[in-house]
Amino acid sequence: MRYFLLIFLAACKQTHEPERFNLGRIATAAEIKAWDIDVRPDGRGLPEGSGTVSEGRNIYTAKCALCHGKTGVEGPYNVLVGDTTKAKTIGNYWPYATTLFDYTRRAMPFNQPGSLTDNEVYSITAFLLHANKIIDSTTEMNKHTLPAIVMPAHKYFVNDNRQGGPEVK
Amino acid sequence: MEEKKIKRRTLLAGAAAAASLAFIKIASGQLVPVQTADPTKILGPPPGEIGTRSPFEHPLKITSDTSSRTPLQDLFGTITPSDLHFERHHGGVPAIDPHRYELLIHGMVEKPMIFKLADLKRFPSVSRIAFLECSGNFRSGKEKMTPQEICGLTSQSEWTGVMLSTLFREVGVHPKATWFLAEGSDAAVMTRSIPVKKGWDDAMIAYGQNGEALRPQQGYPARLFLPGWEGNTNVKWIRRIELSDQPFMTREETSKYTEEIKDGKIRQFSFDMDARSIITFPAYPVQLEKGWVEIRGIAWTGRGKIITVEISTDAGKNWYPAKLQDPILDKAHVAFRYLWQWDGRETEIMSRATDETGYIQPTLKQLVAARGKDMGGYHLNPVTAWVIKRDGQVLFKPEKWK
Repeated sequence: MRYFLLIFLAACKQTHEPERFNLGRIATAAEIKAWDIDVRPDGRGLPEGSGTVSEGRNIYTAKCALCHGKTGVEGPYNVLVGDTTKAKTIGNYWPYATTLFDYTRRAMPFNQPGSLTDNEVYSITAFLLHANKIIDSTTEMNKHTLPAIVMPAHKYFVNDNRQGGPEVK
Repeated sequence: MEEKKIKRRTLLAGAAAAASLAFIKIASGQLVPVQTADPTKILGPPPGEIGTRSPFEHPLKITSDTSSRTPLQDLFGTITPSDLHFERHHGGVPAIDPHRYELLIHGMVEKPMIFKLADLKRFPSVSRIAFLECSGNFRSGKEKMTPQEICGLTSQSEWTGVMLSTLFREVGVHPKATWFLAEGSDAAVMTRSIPVKKGWDDAMIAYGQNGEALRPQQGYPARLFLPGWEGNTNVKWIRRIELSDQPFMTREETSKYTEEIKDGKIRQFSFDMDARSIITFPAYPVQLEKGWVEIRGIAWTGRGKIITVEISTDAGKNWYPAKLQDPILDKAHVAFRYLWQWDGRETEIMSRATDETGYIQPTLKQLVAARGKDMGGYHLNPVTAWVIKRDGQVLFKPEKWK
């Protein structure tokens, strides 16, 4: 009897998974801050600082034009400017202005990713929004003005409606 | 003395092996192997530290600036050799020291935590055979296209890792968290927003691929793996997961990986890969001979299991079930086969997959009817036809829709 009980207990022990394994360590606030670079559509994550269209134009010419063209329409890589072109641009396709800041800061310029200061990113963002006729030339971009922008393409986006089953969607 | 002897034998065997094959230069200047002796009369080389492909076999990926494609027509069965797994990167392949690797999980959690690779490996592990497919996996436009060129951005591996749900419990995910951000440590610091439900259902943090560590091109040392979901969401080189109550609307889920559908609408968060199949033999550039032909291919769905694959050998007039190779796994490539006698007449052959939700792989026409002529290039999974010419030439049948 005792023998069987032991086997039973051993089997339980084998299959029981604890709620927590106590592996890993607590992340410090400084560690989180160093990596937490995302920006949400509501503006959460946007840093202090600001940028202007005119400063953005200078930075764009120096660091972006080689890939995206002199005015953002020439390429050779992603066309950024225009609302009538077939290309998917910031003006005719991007649903959130905050994405522009988030993406430029984390991944651009392509050959020097993550090298721009927050103010430079705000300025490039301002320049590209102005080039797409979304803001005027004097509007400054900062953590309050950027998330307030409603992008022209925002209204076109819908969530995936495919769900399997016989209907092709 | 003994050691010296073995060494000499090894050397001799190596020399002999080299002697049984010779490499000759052909017209193009390429060196090709030829057998020059009876292999039963020459001692072969001894066991080695790492295996190699036969010098007669040259399966290769086709590369572009942004991706490389699996040679589906050169493979047998359903597992993709790791060095032939398709690649799609947004900032190149990063070099990461596994000893310095860390995964941060924070945001709407009880305890923000950092896990080293060794920590991830200590958690209970799981292995799962599943496909991984880029959602931009359809090319068309000319007759001389191989399966690799048409849809080579799908591959299959046995993935090993820790369930994300295990890590979610470890950090105590807040019950009101609905989305999480997955971020890679590549030069694009690539990010996608994923519903938390997928994290609890079947998401993994994978560190193993086909029995070994992940290849750098597939996310070494650790990646997110989301069975059945579009490739881009399976963030490679994952360094951070942030729990949130809303999606982050990153570049890859807004300006990319979204598709135009009818009425000027753009569909976002199209996660599931719909059912699809492709005949990989006979396919361009095969030269077919009259007589028995085993039509072969793969079928898969991100929505569960493939139930049937049907074959038509008369341009879609009649359809007959193909044999599916057991085991038929969830969200995995399954091999199908269909015996056919080709009588030498020109015809079209095609395959059509049905999954367990009752979804039937559509024709391109049906996709256009559902999404409109301006439909975007993501999530295109049309029935793919091969034209068999009288002379045995096999050509892809490209269809126009724009």
